Amino acid sequence: MPEFIAELLNRNDIFTASTIMEYWEGMVLTVQLVFLSLILGLVLAVPLAIMRTSKNPLINTPVWLYTYVFRGTPLLVQLYIIYYGLAQIEGIQQTFWWDIFREAFYPALLAFTLNTAAYTTEIIRGAIVATPSGEIEAAKAYGMSWALRMRRIIMPSAARRAVQAYSNEVIFMLHASAIASVVTLVDLTGAARNIYSRFYAPFEAFIFVALLYMALTFLLVFAFRKLENYLLRHQRPVTG
Amino acid sequence: MIDLKGYGPALLEGAVVTIELAFLSLTLAVILGLIGASAKLSKSRVAIGVATTYTTLIRGVPDLVMMLLFYYGGQVAVNNLSDYLYDAHGVDFFFQFDPFIAGVLTIGLIFGAYMAETFRGAFLAVESGQIEAARAYGFSRWRTFHRIIFPQMLRHALPGIGNNWQVLLKTTALVSIIGLTDMVRVAEEAAKAERMPFHFFIPVAFVYLSLTAGSELFIKWLTKRANVGVVQGT
Repeated sequence: MPEFIAELLNRNDIFTASTIMEYWEGMVLTVQLVFLSLILGLVLAVPLAIMRTSKNPLINTPVWLYTYVFRGTPLLVQLYIIYYGLAQIEGIQQTFWWDIFREAFYPALLAFTLNTAAYTTEIIRGAIVATPSGEIEAAKAYGMSWALRMRRIIMPSAARRAVQAYSNEVIFMLHASAIASVVTLVDLTGAARNIYSRFYAPFEAFIFVALLYMALTFLLVFAFRKLENYLLRHQRPVTG
Repeated sequence: MIDLKGYGPALLEGAVVTIELAFLSLTLAVILGLIGASAKLSKSRVAIGVATTYTTLIRGVPDLVMMLLFYYGGQVAVNNLSDYLYDAHGVDFFFQFDPFIAGVLTIGLIFGAYMAETFRGAFLAVESGQIEAARAYGFSRWRTFHRIIFPQMLRHALPGIGNNWQVLLKTTALVSIIGLTDMVRVAEEAAKAERMPFHFFIPVAFVYLSLTAGSELFIKWLTKRANVGVVQGT
């Protein structure tokens, strides 16, 4: 066994069962936050992307403005505005919303969702715009309505074109979620920060968490590669 | 004009810190990116291995974790080094590892990895005939690089550099977490003290927005210049 592993195991006063549990709970929170914000973000992004490609300026300009602002400012600033800002809204403390937003989880979820929805909207828009015009013409020639065309022709092929860029966005979101630890949430990074300050052991605390993030990242990369293979299976070369 | 409750000058200083940090990190990132790309394209297995490990590691770890590691770990490492120097050689040396240095190092290192990928693609996009021709004219390696490869590769690299720069600019906000008094930090303190979050964070968001919008225009202009003489296909 290499020297450094043996040494690490001998000095096991940091990686005890309780700190491992702390990391595990942090991981659960990180995965929850990222998964929920990605799902909600995607649900928001699909209609927004369709609106963004509309020729009517009254429909596409507000969406453009939304994506421009959220993509042009740091997520940390958005998180602070939502986290500190919601509490300051006049009268919110008397409504049921306060029960929800009093906990840091929901403001963070809202900030992450709005942020990822903005990026995802632009990714899907790009994919929609890149639809070959012949396909749309053919769909029209078959007498398909706008909705049918969107559902049967444009969206499926746009999804295939978007998946590569979207996988980058998913990984970006996983990494960006580390800032949840600044609004008192104990996610993976939050757990590492707590363990660091308890033991004053920066290398152990942060390198371990870095490895955990890396494992999550490569798991996602692997899953997306599988998905891409599946979605693009019609492009696979025929082998005899 | 909005009333910033006396925090105006501090916010402005914070903005200057943000911009300094962004430019210094960009410089480091470009240097690391060029080295990384050259290593990836070299024939040496060791160089390829090191560069690939570097870019893979960076892409797997969140920027904030890396920054915390550098900031807290850097200080511990410096302390250990100075203890060692004192014990072994009697040299009294102390160095305060400040958040600005940790920020520049982390952001530079992270975006160096992204730049390496950008530059690698751009280097490969330069036709090999161009390099052959330069060699045939007796250009030295360095001259080939700086007269032939670099100007042509820049055209392909600029869109990627532009994207990386936009992301880098927003990443600088993270240094407020390790205690550097940048714009975000000042706004956070002011917002807490005055209990007016929107009042302070929205101007900060505007500064970021104008920085990214300004960069977008500048990059567009640069790309246009770099593409002078190239016939664009439609």
